[in-house]
Amino acid sequence: MEELRTGYDLVVESVAHGSKILDLGCGDGELLLRLQEEKKVKGFGVEISEEGVSLCMEKGLYCYQADIDEGLSDYKNDSFDVVILSQTIQNTKGPDYVIKEVLRIGRQAIVTFPNFGYYRNRFYLLVRGKMPVSKHLPYQWYESPNIHLMTIHDMRNMADHVGFEIIQEKNFSVRNDSSSIVKTFMPNFFAQYGFFIIKRK
Amino acid sequence: MAEEIYGKPGSAGIVQTRYYTFAAPPGELELQCGEKIGPVTLAYETWGTPDRAGKNAILICHALSGSAHAAGYHSPEDKNPGWWDWYIGPGKAFDTDKYFIICSNILGGCTGSTGPASVNPATGRPFGMSFPLITIADMVKAQHALVKHLGIEKLLAVAGGSMGGMQALQWTISYPDEVESCIAIATSASLSAQGIAFNEVGRQAIFNDPNWNAGDYYDSAIPVAGLSLARMIGHITYLSEKHMHEKFGRNFQKSGMQPVSGSSEFMVESYLRHQGIKFVERFDANAYIYITKAIDFFDLNGDYGGSLVNAFENVLANYLVASFTSDWLYPSDNAKEIVRALRVNGKNVNYTDIDTDNGHDSFLLPNDLLEKNISNFLRNEYRQSTQ
Repeated sequence: MEELRTGYDLVVESVAHGSKILDLGCGDGELLLRLQEEKKVKGFGVEISEEGVSLCMEKGLYCYQADIDEGLSDYKNDSFDVVILSQTIQNTKGPDYVIKEVLRIGRQAIVTFPNFGYYRNRFYLLVRGKMPVSKHLPYQWYESPNIHLMTIHDMRNMADHVGFEIIQEKNFSVRNDSSSIVKTFMPNFFAQYGFFIIKRK
Repeated sequence: MAEEIYGKPGSAGIVQTRYYTFAAPPGELELQCGEKIGPVTLAYETWGTPDRAGKNAILICHALSGSAHAAGYHSPEDKNPGWWDWYIGPGKAFDTDKYFIICSNILGGCTGSTGPASVNPATGRPFGMSFPLITIADMVKAQHALVKHLGIEKLLAVAGGSMGGMQALQWTISYPDEVESCIAIATSASLSAQGIAFNEVGRQAIFNDPNWNAGDYYDSAIPVAGLSLARMIGHITYLSEKHMHEKFGRNFQKSGMQPVSGSSEFMVESYLRHQGIKFVERFDANAYIYITKAIDFFDLNGDYGGSLVNAFENVLANYLVASFTSDWLYPSDNAKEIVRALRVNGKNVNYTDIDTDNGHDSFLLPNDLLEKNISNFLRNEYRQSTQ
């Protein structure tokens, strides 16, 4: 799960103290735990695997097993201060539907994802003619959970299509010590990951 | 329900059943049906020790055929441990080194608590079918009296599977201030039509046994055929098709039998018959009728204007809900409904749909994930409540 922990430091610094949080695709709950410890949030997790839920419970977190493609409609509007989609949106069947629902149930959303426009990904495809496989995109196409790959540009374009407002971008790459470094210069080319804080218009 | 309870190291040891009698007239227990009953006796067992602050008490609620004997043995010669021995004991999910565990036989039951087989003080004869209709909420009300009697102000957890899960859910609604957390396993906020149908076939099997005699059989032959048939039907619903196939296949009880012969007996036939006969030795047919009725009538949706969301609006407990992928009697969707209603209300809820082939019986069988989740959940709830 190491590759999925990317950007946790940026998420933690972006969340206000004491917020009510929903973490969609929370995995083993590491991010939620950090948010609880460092930001005293009231957090819930949603995770598709029973192992993930179990690991969350081991950390004393509240988490339920569900497929977010199926079940967000039950939540009332503005149920959460922040809904987090950390390295999750590219795994969903209907990213536009999920984003719309997330913006309905949360006042804000933080969305992070691998940026397919990152220059190494572009060169990999250009030179080798194969889908990029790297440290931060570690899967062969046939085994990848990433079923909707996109770029930072794509995410910006989605704002108009779905109708959300981009509050802030913190597109980033990961250093060797796995801390994040925000890329502000040509992020669609130089950032390994997209990081968007958005809200509904 | 499952008769094979696998023991594992860490037995809760020897335990004695105790009895608490309350609600003597004129202070009878008022039931949901409007009738009153008293005095009421509950059989119960306890394991572990209450801590000083009184914050480590857990109430275990049993399912249809369970009893107060949830763990340990009644004597050193006793071969069969309690019905949830796999999960209750030192170092187990319900850790008797840490927690004070209580389990009582339900009101309306037949293993020590007041039920249809008990003597009606007004007539001096067993109640039989004159016993008042009992609901899950009534069972919980009686348990509440016991818990108060034991000096517990707030339970750390109420836990149960199947009908026990119904009671656990009802507890959090009936006494929101008195339950820290709830563990509801393989259960539902209301039984499906299919579930009611199977219960009704079981009841009809008893009604149609001439020995049942409208419930008045305590001085004569008991309805063995009816009750054992009811149990056989029940057992089919507790197993999954796959589990049954793996356990019995198409094998014959005695190897070398001619496949096409009237006397040939499949293993599965023999198993069901055995379960039926064993059950009759320890269970009262009228209790079976009353308890299955209580299960059928349980309906948290109906109680709250058709909305499960309303039912959980005022609960204060934190929840652990678990279902099993192969349980078709209390399917995962039933559990998801509960989880949905809880999270819409912003309640703290953990939920896992545990992948297993063991069907509804899974909650009684060893399962590492269930054990781990219960253990972690309780540890966290205990830590929070003592902070």
